Amino acid sequence: MTNDELIWRIAGGSGDGIASTSQNFAKALMRSGLNVFTHRHYPSRIRGGHTYTEIRASADPVKSRGDGYNFLLALGDSFARNPQQNAYYGNEEIKPLSENLDELREGGVIIYDSGLLDASEIEDFDERVEENDWHVYDLDLRTMAREHGREVMRNTAGVGATCALAGIDLEWIEELMTDAMPEKILEPNLEILHEAYEMVESEYDVDAHDVKIPEGEHDEEQVLMSGSDAIAYGAIDEGCRFIAGYPMTPWTEVFTIMSQNLPELGGISEQVEDEIAAAALALGASHAGVKAMSGSSGGGFALMSEPLGLAEMTETPVVLIEAMRAGPSTGMPTKPEQGDLEHVLYTSQGDSHRIVFAPGTVAEAYTQTRKAFQIAYEYQIPSIVLYDQKLGGELVNVPASHFDEEPNPSLGSTLTEAEIADAPHDDSGKFSRFSYDTPEDNGVAPRSIPGQKGGRFLATGNEHMPEGHISEDPENRVFQMNKRMRKLEAIREELDGEVVNNSEYGEEDAQYGFLTFGSQQGTVEEAVDRLNEDGHSVKMLGVSEMAPYPVEQVSEFIESVDEVLVVEMNASAQFRGLTQKEVGRYGDKLSSLLKYNGNPFEPQDIVEGFEVNIVENDDHPHTRTKYVPAAGD
Amino acid sequence: MSAFSAIGEGKEIDRNDYTPGLEPQATWCPGCGDFGVLKALKGAAAELGKSPDEMLLVTGIGCSGKLNSYFESYGFHTIHGRSLPVARAAKLANPGLQVVAAGGDGDGYGIGGNHFMHSARENHDMTYIVFNNEIFGLTKGQTSPTSPMGHKSKTQPHGSAKQPLRPLSLSLTSGASYIARTAAVNPNQAKDIIVEAMEHDGFSHVDFLTQCPTWNKDARQYVPYVDIQDSEDYEFDNTDRREAAEMMHETEDALHEGTVLTGRYYVDSDRPSYQQEKQQIGEMPEEPLAERYFDDSYEWERSYDNFLDKHK
Repeated sequence: MTNDELIWRIAGGSGDGIASTSQNFAKALMRSGLNVFTHRHYPSRIRGGHTYTEIRASADPVKSRGDGYNFLLALGDSFARNPQQNAYYGNEEIKPLSENLDELREGGVIIYDSGLLDASEIEDFDERVEENDWHVYDLDLRTMAREHGREVMRNTAGVGATCALAGIDLEWIEELMTDAMPEKILEPNLEILHEAYEMVESEYDVDAHDVKIPEGEHDEEQVLMSGSDAIAYGAIDEGCRFIAGYPMTPWTEVFTIMSQNLPELGGISEQVEDEIAAAALALGASHAGVKAMSGSSGGGFALMSEPLGLAEMTETPVVLIEAMRAGPSTGMPTKPEQGDLEHVLYTSQGDSHRIVFAPGTVAEAYTQTRKAFQIAYEYQIPSIVLYDQKLGGELVNVPASHFDEEPNPSLGSTLTEAEIADAPHDDSGKFSRFSYDTPEDNGVAPRSIPGQKGGRFLATGNEHMPEGHISEDPENRVFQMNKRMRKLEAIREELDGEVVNNSEYGEEDAQYGFLTFGSQQGTVEEAVDRLNEDGHSVKMLGVSEMAPYPVEQVSEFIESVDEVLVVEMNASAQFRGLTQKEVGRYGDKLSSLLKYNGNPFEPQDIVEGFEVNIVENDDHPHTRTKYVPAAGD
Repeated sequence: MSAFSAIGEGKEIDRNDYTPGLEPQATWCPGCGDFGVLKALKGAAAELGKSPDEMLLVTGIGCSGKLNSYFESYGFHTIHGRSLPVARAAKLANPGLQVVAAGGDGDGYGIGGNHFMHSARENHDMTYIVFNNEIFGLTKGQTSPTSPMGHKSKTQPHGSAKQPLRPLSLSLTSGASYIARTAAVNPNQAKDIIVEAMEHDGFSHVDFLTQCPTWNKDARQYVPYVDIQDSEDYEFDNTDRREAAEMMHETEDALHEGTVLTGRYYVDSDRPSYQQEKQQIGEMPEEPLAERYFDDSYEWERSYDNFLDKHK
């Protein structure tokens, strides 16, 4: 919590251009040489309602949203002002200012649009300003925007004013606007930008506060990327050219990116009637020899339970993407949670198995989506990329070189026509698609594709003989079940032999450990740094392989410390439960830190949770759980 | 050279080529109408000269789903009601495949009703055969979506209070471009209709009346039937939507009065298939997508060269 970072929050109503403005601003800061991390907060509503985006910018690496923020640009909710809609929306126009005060740090800066907002409507505003040493600038951005262009351009006026107050060079913003805007709107926007900048510089003391932009430099080219972007690009680079889906927040982002890009790459995107169809289409395309994917969020993924099991039984490769949001049922559509872990691990009937990756960062979202395809097509098993609304929506800078990888269009364990003749055949001369004798002894019998000569087989969700026909023969049943289960051991072995996906962080011989999964990794890393700076001795293992579970690595980690605090965003400690089930012991070493109020952890939550659960509580076993509310929630 | 050399091979094919080498585990009862579908499908495939390696038969669950066990080709025996989405994606992935989907009235008009509506609407180039015996057979005789009103079964002991679903009318309203009804009791007509359906460029729906001697003893087992194209009593233009709709209504009313009408109800040869529409708007490659994965000379594009600029 020093001044070497700017955490800029832009707030307004949904539909007021908060997302696009913040995206451009983040990119400009990245281009200027800073590391950026954005956090989106929005309601499940199209127009109006309290929404904000936070951009944290620092010369040092940024891994999470940070604790609170130090610069507020409150634009006013223009849709709440629409008198025709008052009956529905209520009187909310002051929210972009009032709702954001709790998390604003001491000494912070507030710009608010006096054309839309009236601070005197907020009780105690002046007292709070004084108490917290906030620096308030009430600027009529709305009028300024109107005079030079259109009212919606007050975002640009706000950015101009921010630059003047935070000491940001306008050059970066101008360059970006020139890149992003069509001629017609570029001119007025540039005018507004300069007008606001100059007005603030000439009329106010911009050095009255010390919230300034830090200086930084990248040693290589960066790109601004969200988890959704990274998943889509990972799929594309892995040769996926077929996607079928049905819109559902927050999965829609991946679906949209794929749909917009696949046709240009000669691929196919299908928006279909429901999620059962979506997953079934992906299976059909994969069966016919294409790398295919589908996906959804909790409720839609529930419908995919049937095709998921069918994929496993028919040994049809497929990748499903699961974007978690708060549940149960439709829950909170635009809020992150990690409550679908058990749903994804255990849905579908019988002894069914799937591979589950849960990337911890945007960069991992790319590499693990690629890995998910490789495993699915090599081992002929469904694999799932499990992430959440937080990771999907956050924009961070990643070195461009991270994506400079060769494409991999291989269909994995799939035969050419020439190879089919040499593959196992049964006594009747039929191709043994589901032969017990697998070349690598890993449960994988190579497959043929319809249309190939001599490779005929039946794929069926019923138990089946080597050539595919339905059978309830007990001996065959055991062979086939064992064959399918053998894959899991082989996959575990393959993953163990690789550059480790599961990230360890902190002091190697630390006394205490954090165990987390998925999108909370960066936040925990930051908390680990702070605790170690404060004289504690901690480290973290961020697990991103959920199934098959990395038992050995996690066991070693738990064994190496006195106690482990398991950090996850759900109310029932699903990840801790999974860990205990898989490692089979150490139950008394694990306790939980849970958050499930719709907002992700902030580093301070974890620092506090550590102090309460580990430092202050000497009683063993530490199996109780603690919910940590974020400030102001 | 194509990675799928069985496609369009065009060699002399015999109906026996579609008989599996192994004895399938028996599901169908003696006298079952499903044998009529099997016979007609084998005859049609042979007449069209399709090799078993270029055909993909996708089925749902139930007695009808066992068609895969008796018919030799590439097959995908899916899950209850889901044959259509699997089949249509396979066709999109490799348009060279002859794709046939099959299921029962419960499978296709009940649990899979949504997929039926949308597959017809999109006019995918494929054939959909529905084994319509007005009963759930494999689960032992419960009332199905096409069972007549008043039909008594173990799950509806007081008789069904529901109107039977009208598959022909539903199909037309949904957008299928070839709609016919045939019956197992007339294998020759059935074969001809399936040939036409498989040749049709668009979604061809064949409502195939199949008697169930085990569970539907009371039903009028579709005898005697009338071929509307052969009878002077039923003249209409089956390329005209309105006339087709009227004829379908008449047929569907008549079935419950004991008159079994069959034939070609609607044929729209002008409407482009979904694949053609999709190609026209630039959302589907000219070459079969599946071929590309076997083409070593194909240059795969990657995100780094194509998309990263806009993130810089």
